[in-house]
Amino acid sequence: MAQEALADIIAIVMVVGIAAYATTAGADFGIGFWDLTAGGREKGFALRSRLERSIGLVWEANHVWLVFVLVVCWTCFSIAYSSIVSTLWIPFLIASIGIIFRGAAFAFRGEITSPRAQQVLGGLFALSSILTPFFLGAMLGGVASGRVPVGNAAGDPWSSWANPTGVYFGVIAVVTGIYLAAIYTAADAQSAGEKDLEEQLRRRAIAAGVAAGVFAAAGLGILYADSRELFDDMFSKPAPLVFVAVTVAAGLVTLWAVSRRHLGIARLTSAAAVVTVIFAWAAGQWPYLLPGELTIADAAASTAMLASVIIAAGIGLIVLVPGLSYLYRLQLSGKLSKGHMELAQRPSVAGPRGRTPGERA
Amino acid sequence: MALSELAGGSLAQLGEAVLTVTPPLGGADEQPDFVEARSLQGLSLGFHIVTVCFAVGFPLIVMTAHGMWLKTGDPLYKAIAKRWSKIMLVLFSVGAVSGTILSFELGMLWPEWMAAFGDVFGLAFAFEGFSFFTEAIFIAIYVYGWDRLNKRTHFLTGIPILITGAVGSLFIISVNGFMQDPTGFDVVNGEVVNVNPWEAMTAGALWHTYVHMYLAGIITAALIVASVYSWSWLRGRWDRYKRVAFTLCVTVAALTVPVQLLVGDWAARYLADNQPVKLAAAEGLADTEEGAAFSLFGWYSDGELHGAIEIPYLLSLLATHDPNGEVIGLNSVPVEDQPPVNVVHYAWDAMIGIGSFFALMAVVYLFYQWRYRRLPGNKWFYLGTLISGPLAVVAVWSGWIVTEVGRQPWIVYNVMRSEDAVTGASGVAVALYVLLAVYLLLAAGTVWALRVLCRKPIEEELRIDDEREAVRVGVTGVNR
Repeated sequence: MAQEALADIIAIVMVVGIAAYATTAGADFGIGFWDLTAGGREKGFALRSRLERSIGLVWEANHVWLVFVLVVCWTCFSIAYSSIVSTLWIPFLIASIGIIFRGAAFAFRGEITSPRAQQVLGGLFALSSILTPFFLGAMLGGVASGRVPVGNAAGDPWSSWANPTGVYFGVIAVVTGIYLAAIYTAADAQSAGEKDLEEQLRRRAIAAGVAAGVFAAAGLGILYADSRELFDDMFSKPAPLVFVAVTVAAGLVTLWAVSRRHLGIARLTSAAAVVTVIFAWAAGQWPYLLPGELTIADAAASTAMLASVIIAAGIGLIVLVPGLSYLYRLQLSGKLSKGHMELAQRPSVAGPRGRTPGERA
Repeated sequence: MALSELAGGSLAQLGEAVLTVTPPLGGADEQPDFVEARSLQGLSLGFHIVTVCFAVGFPLIVMTAHGMWLKTGDPLYKAIAKRWSKIMLVLFSVGAVSGTILSFELGMLWPEWMAAFGDVFGLAFAFEGFSFFTEAIFIAIYVYGWDRLNKRTHFLTGIPILITGAVGSLFIISVNGFMQDPTGFDVVNGEVVNVNPWEAMTAGALWHTYVHMYLAGIITAALIVASVYSWSWLRGRWDRYKRVAFTLCVTVAALTVPVQLLVGDWAARYLADNQPVKLAAAEGLADTEEGAAFSLFGWYSDGELHGAIEIPYLLSLLATHDPNGEVIGLNSVPVEDQPPVNVVHYAWDAMIGIGSFFALMAVVYLFYQWRYRRLPGNKWFYLGTLISGPLAVVAVWSGWIVTEVGRQPWIVYNVMRSEDAVTGASGVAVALYVLLAVYLLLAAGTVWALRVLCRKPIEEELRIDDEREAVRVGVTGVNR
């Protein structure tokens, strides 16, 4: 009994971790899309600079949520983890290549400033910003639609994720990231007093929000046709229904807030919409880790391990929270981007207009 | 069986016999790409470990320069610390992704291992996750904080990087220690039971491996950076900046190398006691011997090492601190339980050879500093430091080859075989080639980015108000 309760707590922690990853790193992925579509070098310069300032400092910390979820999964539900990643190794590999290129593009673009190289890195960055969330989403779709059996690479390496539900989840992951990115950066632009950029990003946020909402709703037909059990789970049990209702409400409030320029509110409600849609999926699938195959209780590690992980998480949070809140405080206050010589302000990227303050003639 | 008696200590905790765990997911039907799976894991580790040196060892060097700036007020130290911190950030970012890929591969390639032991060793990874998270946060604040945070706060934001770098690698090596010297569980009917996650975290192999790696990280980072400055000396492009930066790096390395030799001795004796077959493979020692000779080079085949250079009694002396001490040979276990000898033996020779070369260089350097209070002026010294950077990387790789290939055929020593742990998925070879290409690109990009970064004049790291000071003291005034 105690073991089951602990396992449930940890499963909830994992879902929270997935939600944290989706709302933080998800938005970082979305920035890749806006970077790609920002327009030509001259025209898109100001917007790219804003995107970079919004993401430069926090992307690495945001990325760690993914590692956190995986580690908790293999530590507490090792059978489930091994079954998932051995069957779904192809999307996992592609997502990991996306992570490599994205991280590299980030690490290098501050240093490599020749226009050609910048273009290559920008393209790589945008491409991997779409690959990674799509394939991670597809993995989630594979798990949610019950296509991952228990075993060593026991499921089909392709059809386990390359199916309508997997594609639907993948696209949702990409689109919500794009939507969040527009809202977050619009809010950043607003608090930095950048009127033009705020307007540009606000328009993009509305378009992306409507697109994401319409796609998510239309895609329910896909779920109904392809993963009837998941569909029934999500729309027959009360808990997931409540979460779905909150998602819809939060989405509508966000649209209202964005159109009324309450971007601080929109930042919160848009994140809430994404968090609750993830909770809805998790509540629908509950108590299964692998639907129809493996429950949370059956996959759980020993009581000693589960308790130890909760203790470790407690210790970890005590260490982590002060640092993380310091980082976000510095980031939101714009203190660390003051007079920042990021890529956009460097002469080779800014074109004839800009010159770095420290630059020698 | 004999091994547990011979090995004593930790093996005894597993019971009298070698216990084998049944693959909990039912095992792979067949894995034709087993070698490719191991190669992919090795490739990823080999790439990642270099970046680790810059996340674990390098912060110490950066903070030393930073501290020198606060102490002396000389803006050159600030410029150096700031430039180096950017290098640190680039390599940390690359390491963050290569480390993520590694964690993916652990489950992707070795699902049976993860299924059987993920809930035994996993706790260390949980701690490491938090440690890494904290390091990512503070490294960002520190590097972006130059000239934006006040001096004191900024220096303090560097301290967590030092701590988390050291602590994070401790936890990772704790998992490795578990694979070398598994403790914290029992095996009953092929199943892992009675898990004690805290005990599993502190396996005996942890401490010497950790200290050895931590020091290796410092030495490698210092020597790679020094290697770049050596090139400038050899090309005749020397100035105050390069001289000070070079001196800082080489001093750190020269002071660390002697300590590393002592830790190496500790590690060898640990092996002799706990993983004697690994030591035997490293030395190509077929049969258990008293007064065993230390063998260099040669080739192991048909159960014998051919054509090696032998130094009498030295192996016994190193392993047991007694010239007539007994050293266990490979044949104490059946051939199918022996690691690939030649790989381990040559990696071992490379590590020890490079370590000895570094010790020699350290003696020369420290002698000059002590006797003449200056850098050696001889071309050979700078050629030596030039090759020391790449050699340090080779030494780190070699050390890990000894540790990991020497552990074969076990993934968890004496408990689970690597071939029982591997994935049943097909196409592992394709994954290997794809990732090989990706890693080559990543390596090329990293080198390119660092080159661009390092070619900028060092004065760029200083703000306008620093510059007046910089002109006064002459930051880079040529001074050979």
